[in-house]
Amino acid sequence: MSAVASVPAGVLDVALQSAETAAFRAQDWFAVLRQQGWHAFQSLPMPTRDNEKWRFSDARTLSLDGYAPAPAPTPAQAADLIARSRLISDAAGLIVHVDGHCVLKPTLSAELVAQGVVFESLEDAVRARPALLQEHLLKHPVLLGGDKFAALHRAWLRAGYVLHVPKGVEVKQPFVSVTWTLTDGVAVFPHALIIAGERATADIHDFHLSAKADQRALAISAVDIHAGTGSQVRRLAVQAWGSATQSFQIDNTCGGRDAVISSVNAAVGSRRARLENTVRIDGPGADVSLYGISVASGEQEFDQRTLQVHAAGHAKSDLLFKNALLGKARTIFSGLIKVAPDAQRTDAYQTNRNLLLSPDAEADSLPGLEIEANDVKCSHGATTGQIDPAELFYLRARGIPLAVAQELLAQGFLEEVLAKVGHEEAAAAVREMLRLKFHQA
Amino acid sequence: MSQLEIKDLHVSIGEKPIVKGLTLTVRSGEVHAIMGPNGTGKSTLAKAVAGHPSYTITSGDVLLDGKSVLPMQPDERARAGLFLAFQYPSEIPGVSIANFLRAAIQARLGEGEELDATGYYKRLYSKMDLLQIDRKFTSRAINDGFSGGEKKRCEILQMAMLEPKFALMDETDSGLDIDALRIVADGVNALRSTNLGVLMITHYQRLLGYIVPDHVHVMWDGRIVKSGDKSLALELEAKGYDWVKNELVPA
Ligand SMILES: Nc1ncnc2c1ncn2[C@@H]1O[C@H](COP(=O)(O)OP(=O)(O)OP(=O)(O)O)[C@@H](O)[C@H]1O
Ligand SMILES: [Mg+2]
Repeated sequence: MSAVASVPAGVLDVALQSAETAAFRAQDWFAVLRQQGWHAFQSLPMPTRDNEKWRFSDARTLSLDGYAPAPAPTPAQAADLIARSRLISDAAGLIVHVDGHCVLKPTLSAELVAQGVVFESLEDAVRARPALLQEHLLKHPVLLGGDKFAALHRAWLRAGYVLHVPKGVEVKQPFVSVTWTLTDGVAVFPHALIIAGERATADIHDFHLSAKADQRALAISAVDIHAGTGSQVRRLAVQAWGSATQSFQIDNTCGGRDAVISSVNAAVGSRRARLENTVRIDGPGADVSLYGISVASGEQEFDQRTLQVHAAGHAKSDLLFKNALLGKARTIFSGLIKVAPDAQRTDAYQTNRNLLLSPDAEADSLPGLEIEANDVKCSHGATTGQIDPAELFYLRARGIPLAVAQELLAQGFLEEVLAKVGHEEAAAAVREMLRLKFHQA
Repeated sequence: MSQLEIKDLHVSIGEKPIVKGLTLTVRSGEVHAIMGPNGTGKSTLAKAVAGHPSYTITSGDVLLDGKSVLPMQPDERARAGLFLAFQYPSEIPGVSIANFLRAAIQARLGEGEELDATGYYKRLYSKMDLLQIDRKFTSRAINDGFSGGEKKRCEILQMAMLEPKFALMDETDSGLDIDALRIVADGVNALRSTNLGVLMITHYQRLLGYIVPDHVHVMWDGRIVKSGDKSLALELEAKGYDWVKNELVPA
């Protein structure tokens, strides 16, 4: 383990939380928001396995003890991690956090600034743009069971970024955020608030990384995406925390009329990682694609909960989550499509495919539909299987050794989702992270 | 000079005997054609020789240059110089032809030896040009959405890249139009002149007009019942399998 001292006072410490909140005295509304989070956290119970929204997940081992905020990194540590954050060469802007502290603020081109694009740290935005934030920050309800974790996130809210691409502005290059954990036992609560105005276009790459492969941490992240009328929002989120991390990701997206939204959630890191991904379609004509991709190995548990809410008709949502499992890994996919009574002409699909590469791995799948409209096209499907022996023989008949052939086929299985990233360099970075998992396993 | 000897080979699928004592020797540069009706065990023979795990060799042997391949895994057999052109090639989504062939060639290099990427692509493109396969196919997934003829040409491309000593070609001609057939035949003939030995399974005399066999064998119910030169193929075509059944099969 590292020589970095572990942090004493924890995230459950009331004095610590209120001291930090006091720093936002001048932003009264924000201090109130944090206080609400703290109170909600105190009153909510820890989830248990008999809670339907936590079915199959190993709720007994959930623990929030022993994690604490960490001080800012040294300049040398920050410089090192900033250098390691340059993953995307054509980024429109790069923001870097280490242990919850912003160590690199984005610099946008003069053109983007002139167009009114905002890409800045949450802390700066809290001070500079109270109106924008009060309208959009943490406005989505948490529906998938992670209320207690979301409340703790709210109570400690500080790190993260705000991206606002105003009406009619199309930005082709990705906005990139890289969030690191460095100190063992650190608790981080990164937040992303993404607002795309009418007909705006934005591409976002979010990387959650750890300085060390075996990093121990608690990470409760949240993203709120507001995709306006006719906007196009594409997001890649990569969860690659160190292997001793507990990760909770609460993603909420709202799509307006004719919005085109695509997200890829890639997961390779953490000891346990739970993703709660809710998309709500509020306007007709919206087209939402949700992809998930993971390689789970060792004793990892990836717990994926998704909800596609069609509140407006004539819209489409399509979900595909693919998991490859090695070792004793577990994945849980639980997805629900909800169609409101007047959301006629909805097209909604949900597919979960799991590839078991080890006899000890286990994948559970709980697809679901709740349809109250009568004129809809909805389907869900789940498959869990092993490598096709005919495909394996085909590769081996060309001289490719068994282990290499299995890896090629597993990567081939995941490639369908990687193709949706829509950015070559980012896809290559994710592909490499996935590939490494096969060699660590 | 290499040789592939199949000696009194018996192959079962599950409990069911399919190949029932088949003996055949192919030498470098030779082309042997095997003809026989549907279900007679031709593909079973080819896959068993290539090491398919579902086929049990109950007795007999397969020797490559005097050494039995039976203890070898399918990938070892391939690296030792055997190549199976599949009758029904698998479609493998997500694995590009370029990556796949690269892995196959990498597997033939010594430990620590790295494949020369530039040379590899140069060779790949020249073989593709020869087989008139669009270069765009390198980034396409293996056989995924390929037409029947494209799949067969892709099999020959792999063979040309991997340069085996012996090829077991299982109905490579089916699904090919006449132009594609000629292209494939040219490809095989070019390899033959560099000493490739071929065991070619086919139903049609048509192919044998382009790839002229040294020997023709008629297979029936898991055995070779008659061998001859290329005229046997013509005779078989003229007389049909009833002739085989009534006159060649021992009662
Ligand atoms: N996996 C299998 N399980 C059971 N029987 C099988 C299997 N594969 C093949 N067979 C049987 O083995 C016999 C020989 O099949 P094989 O595919 O070798 O024939 P073939 O000579 O190649 O025929 P074709 O000309 O149609 O390609 C057939 O009766 C077939 O039904
Ligand atoms: Mg056959």
